[in-house]
Amino acid sequence: MSDLLFEARSLCKRYGGTTVVNDLSFGIARGECLGVIGPNGAGKTTTVRMCLGLTAPDSGSISYFHADGAGPGWSMPRDALAVKAQLGVVSQFDTLDPDFSCAENLLVYGRYFGMKEAQIRERIPRLLEFAALSHKADAKPSELSGGMRRRLSLARALVNDPRLLLLDEPTTGLDPQARHLMWERLQLLLQQGKSILLTTHFMDEAERLCSRLLVLDHGKKIAEGRPRDMIARLLEPDVVEAYGNGALQLVDSPLKAFAARVEVSGETVFFYTQDAKPLLAALAAHPQLRTLHRPANLEDLFLKLTGRQIREEG
Amino acid sequence: MQDAVIPPVSGGAPSIWRAPDLSLRWWPVFLRHLLVWRKLAIPSLVGNIAEPLMWLVAFGYGMGALVGQVQIGEVKVPYILFLASGSICMSSMNAASFEALYSAFSRMHVQKTWDGIMNAPVSLDNILMAEMLWAGFKALFTVTAILGVMLALGISHSPKLLVAWLVLFAAGIAFSCIALIFNALAQGYDFFTYYFTLFLTPMMFLSGVFFPREQLPGPLRTASDWLPLTHAVELVRPMFMDQWPAHWLRSALVLAAYTAVAFWVALALTRRRFRA
Repeated sequence: MSDLLFEARSLCKRYGGTTVVNDLSFGIARGECLGVIGPNGAGKTTTVRMCLGLTAPDSGSISYFHADGAGPGWSMPRDALAVKAQLGVVSQFDTLDPDFSCAENLLVYGRYFGMKEAQIRERIPRLLEFAALSHKADAKPSELSGGMRRRLSLARALVNDPRLLLLDEPTTGLDPQARHLMWERLQLLLQQGKSILLTTHFMDEAERLCSRLLVLDHGKKIAEGRPRDMIARLLEPDVVEAYGNGALQLVDSPLKAFAARVEVSGETVFFYTQDAKPLLAALAAHPQLRTLHRPANLEDLFLKLTGRQIREEG
Repeated sequence: MQDAVIPPVSGGAPSIWRAPDLSLRWWPVFLRHLLVWRKLAIPSLVGNIAEPLMWLVAFGYGMGALVGQVQIGEVKVPYILFLASGSICMSSMNAASFEALYSAFSRMHVQKTWDGIMNAPVSLDNILMAEMLWAGFKALFTVTAILGVMLALGISHSPKLLVAWLVLFAAGIAFSCIALIFNALAQGYDFFTYYFTLFLTPMMFLSGVFFPREQLPGPLRTASDWLPLTHAVELVRPMFMDQWPAHWLRSALVLAAYTAVAFWVALALTRRRFRA
């Protein structure tokens, strides 16, 4: 545990009478990508804001770089400026300067870190290349696609060569192509040894990028671990989905005995099972149903842990 | 585990009224505003000086013909000189207020530029400082252009105008601090209309810009003694007449007090806004 770049201990945050973050502890090791997942209102954004020193926890502590010998050990929000000099942040909403070109956005942002102009200018071509935006150096953000803007935000977050990246829903609103390109870039950064804290709503993203996951709900940590381990530990390995005419009647039929767990969402019945063969054989007697047999994934785990009800609150 | 180096438990947020925590990090933010403005400087220059010049021409030459001379203390001056020396203070006020309200609000609330900057090692205090100085600079830029036109028109050629120029910059700073209070409270652009119509416009008429304050009824005149624009005019007008202001220290102190108190209040309210 001495390799922790970041450690949060017993964080609590209340707004009015509501406890938004409740006794939350977690750490990020060097070279690790930690994913924070949870439904809307789970406390992800508040947690990120506390990590950035933008809001102070009511109790608990946040410390950075305390165990690596290079830093004296900094705490948020007390040492916010010293910490931020070593952080790269991509926030949920783009904060790019609309009046500047891509290259100017990077230059101006680098200055906020106290970097010299020559030093920033030297980095700009490499950053634009990394973001696959070399051909857009002189274009303004309004001339870029959503994916390009997110990659420019990522490039901007790298201008100071940070030790830790905080990415708040970096691919929300992007099309699959743009999302894959973003993932590729983030994997490249991990290969280069960067550490990442990532919040996301996309389970495929979390499964693909994160070495470890933190599942939040109602401000509390409800699970933590490696994605594959968590799925193996907490879920049955096989899922059979059945939908179509009469699917819902299966819930109370003898077929139930073939599954460890049965869930209903809308018109679809989900059977979670250790062995799908007998279930599939039994389902063959219902040719009007459409079935899908697949391995259990992170989304199944997420829904098992946090329930299927819609969270409308922000 | 290295428990010994883990900092102690923090105890909630510090007071919004704590002293400003400033460093030189406001400079890159100021430079950012300057770079954006440089792209739009020429159209902005036209906009900034066209309106004050229209006032000058319409009122100075038009009304001036009717008014003739205005008595200031012992001396009589042409109305155009009286108006020019007052309206340039008003221009400084308007330029600073506009920048610290509409433009600062765009950066703070609409574009979220401030949020982006705060993810870098620049504190909110320094961002506000940059906004304040930037609005002051915009005022300085505007009055410099207008002063140039006034010199060309031969309204005044006093060397003391150089000092007046600095006073107009200081007045711009004072008005930008006051405006930043309202920026911190605003939920939308509409809110600023109230500030302009309920505060700045009445002040324009009460501060001796268009006519001597002696014309005001007693209570209004007493109230106008405490207005920042009044003191800017009291400092600048004598210098247009190649004289030093009689009560320069009093006026300077009033403007300095407005600046210091308004910046402190603006900072506290801005911190409160961003703490939520």
